[in-house]
Amino acid sequence: MTLVLNEEQQMLKESAAGFLASKATVGHLRKLRDSGDELAFEPAVWKEMVDMGWAGIAIPEAYGGLGYGYTGLGVVLEQAGRHLSASPLEASVLVGATAINCLGTEEQKTHWLAAIAAGEKQVSLALQESGAFDPVGVTASATRDGDAFVISGEKRMVLDAVSADAFVLIARSGGVAGETRGLSAFLIPADAAGLSITPCDMVDSRQCGALSLNAVRVPADALMGSEGDAWPALERTLDIAAIGFSAQLLGLSLEAFERTMDYIRERKQFGQVIGSFQGLQHRAAHLFAELELARSIVLKALQAIDSDDQGLSRYASAAKAKLSEVARLASNEGVQMHGGVGMTDEYDIGLYLKRARVLEHLMGDYYYHLDRFARIGGY
Amino acid sequence: MTEIDTFRQETREWLDANCPDSMRQPVSGFEDIYNGGRKPEIDIPEQPLWCERMAERGWTVPHWPKEYGGGGLSAEEVKVLKEEMARIGARRPLDSFGISMLGPALLKFGSEEQKREHLPPICRGEIRWCQGYSEPGAGSDLASLQTRADDQGDHYLINGQKVWTSYADKADWIFCLVRTDNSGSKHEGISFMLFDMDQPGVTVKPIRLISGSSPFCETFFDDARAEKRNLVGEAGQGWTIAKYLLTHEREMISGFGTSGGKSLGKTALETLGADAEGRLRNGILRQDIAQHQLDTLVFGATMERVGDEVKAGQGLGPASSIFKYYGTELNKRRNELNLAVGGEAALGWSGEQYHEGETVRSFLRSKGNSIEGGTSEVQLNIVAKRVLGLPDA
Repeated sequence: MTLVLNEEQQMLKESAAGFLASKATVGHLRKLRDSGDELAFEPAVWKEMVDMGWAGIAIPEAYGGLGYGYTGLGVVLEQAGRHLSASPLEASVLVGATAINCLGTEEQKTHWLAAIAAGEKQVSLALQESGAFDPVGVTASATRDGDAFVISGEKRMVLDAVSADAFVLIARSGGVAGETRGLSAFLIPADAAGLSITPCDMVDSRQCGALSLNAVRVPADALMGSEGDAWPALERTLDIAAIGFSAQLLGLSLEAFERTMDYIRERKQFGQVIGSFQGLQHRAAHLFAELELARSIVLKALQAIDSDDQGLSRYASAAKAKLSEVARLASNEGVQMHGGVGMTDEYDIGLYLKRARVLEHLMGDYYYHLDRFARIGGY
Repeated sequence: MTEIDTFRQETREWLDANCPDSMRQPVSGFEDIYNGGRKPEIDIPEQPLWCERMAERGWTVPHWPKEYGGGGLSAEEVKVLKEEMARIGARRPLDSFGISMLGPALLKFGSEEQKREHLPPICRGEIRWCQGYSEPGAGSDLASLQTRADDQGDHYLINGQKVWTSYADKADWIFCLVRTDNSGSKHEGISFMLFDMDQPGVTVKPIRLISGSSPFCETFFDDARAEKRNLVGEAGQGWTIAKYLLTHEREMISGFGTSGGKSLGKTALETLGADAEGRLRNGILRQDIAQHQLDTLVFGATMERVGDEVKAGQGLGPASSIFKYYGTELNKRRNELNLAVGGEAALGWSGEQYHEGETVRSFLRSKGNSIEGGTSEVQLNIVAKRVLGLPDA
């Protein structure tokens, strides 16, 4: 596989760029924020995205998707990152559908993946319990009771929880917190008795809910895969999700950088445009170099998903660590180089800073993935 | 079987039969690389033999045209040859500035006669070249060079001084930037000339470096002679050729950033020990190593991407302008980490147990990477102005 986009992916990228630039821009995000919209996205725009096939890009054709693979989804996510586009692309398409595809039974895949691809349903992953990403730290419990499971516990950072029709929920049916053994996944409808959802706005004006499960009773066929053995498929899900968020961070970083370059080419101080000062030029050129590296690892990692590369975890952690680092640099330099106006709400650069931080933390931040990269490297 | 499969099989068989065992060992450092020339430095007796065998097939420079001594191989065949050589751990038979720098410039700017005269001896390792660029007053500001070449009808007389002339004391010929005209701007009036180092009027003095070695020289010209037919391109066109050649030099230097061999992390683990969870005991050093290894992986992916983009006909994109900067900074980081992992023992300078100070000498040498071939600051200026379009102050 060569590290260039094929014709199909290139066309997808261009059509995504065009659509998002008119229908799901930073300006739209701002309006949603200011109106206090509970969903934090526009359903009509989401429907158009679905009509263009985006919800099914990475879903295999056998389950009603387009089968374009994750490299295809990645180029769309990159463009969504550029525009800070608000939609369930991440929650339901990147994470939810991937979780079902990796973890689900044949019946679950047949039913749910087609419904997601058609835009009829949204599914979100309910994994995290504490403030820090710790996928094996799960304590929510799942206990067998006859031909049902009874699930209790708390979940946080559930993306687009309010609009989700169902959750892929990770609970522990064995083992103790910190162990990969004993983790089980369940498909739980959002309206299940005993399940309550508390919406929460994040700093980036997107919505991440908390779930509370009080002895939620689900039938045995809600179990995804086999009991206690969810880890390998869950790990793959998380690797893919980390790579998808890296693609989004790439788009965000490139856009923040380009806006900043435009600004320093125009803004004058001491009678000169500030972009002529070597103090800024060298930092800008360094950031450019980091962005070029970022482009490469994101593409490499996306292709690693589609080619079933055995080293997927290594590429996932490399991509997420690198992109978290680069996005931090790009967003910080963006605000700094904008000077005082960078601190105002009126300028968009601050929204890039906010979104960067949220995306950095989703599915493991820089420190988590750098540590994992080292562990995979054997040291 | 496809043509490329056949090529692979024949290559494999030929390499198996012709690559001496001693040429299947990894090189231990700069000193261990074969550069050819009239007075070759031979560390292992089979080096000239291996070079000669490969040169007969044009495989010392497999991608150059056959008529100039190259192998005339396609990009795909070159890749196969490299893979097959890597498979048995075969060394490159010949490395030289003739191959990495002068050759590409001659192929682009040289006359047919110049190509036929100079390229085949480069491929066979018969003539070793050095580069006469920098002068005491013209480092990063290279166009300020003052070495003069005065037109004497059929030849030029050259007077002046060069510095940082790598391996001038071992080279047979020099490709040299000289001033043939002083009347215009400093970028005009520079010419690119080739001449023999073995003549009266050329004096070479090695410069001892902080690493203890002397790869660089001061080179003095006192009425040295260059034949007119060895002026490359037009008189005054030298700056264009020099810039083209510098991009090749930068690519070569940036290659230092891609390391092979054992992972630094694992070496550190073996040397410094693990904690209860099997991680490198010193968590701060572990983080620095992980950052470095991460950047090395990502840099490698970038080299791969740019290579694939070129193959896909997209041209050398702006990414290539970062290679010199990033590659050398990575190499410096790796050398710093090698010292940290090696501890005091790595600071040994001589004596059996210190492997002749290899770690610390490499560390010291690496400091030059971000100075030679255009400093890191010069590279950042180039990116800022030419890629990002930021204005001059």
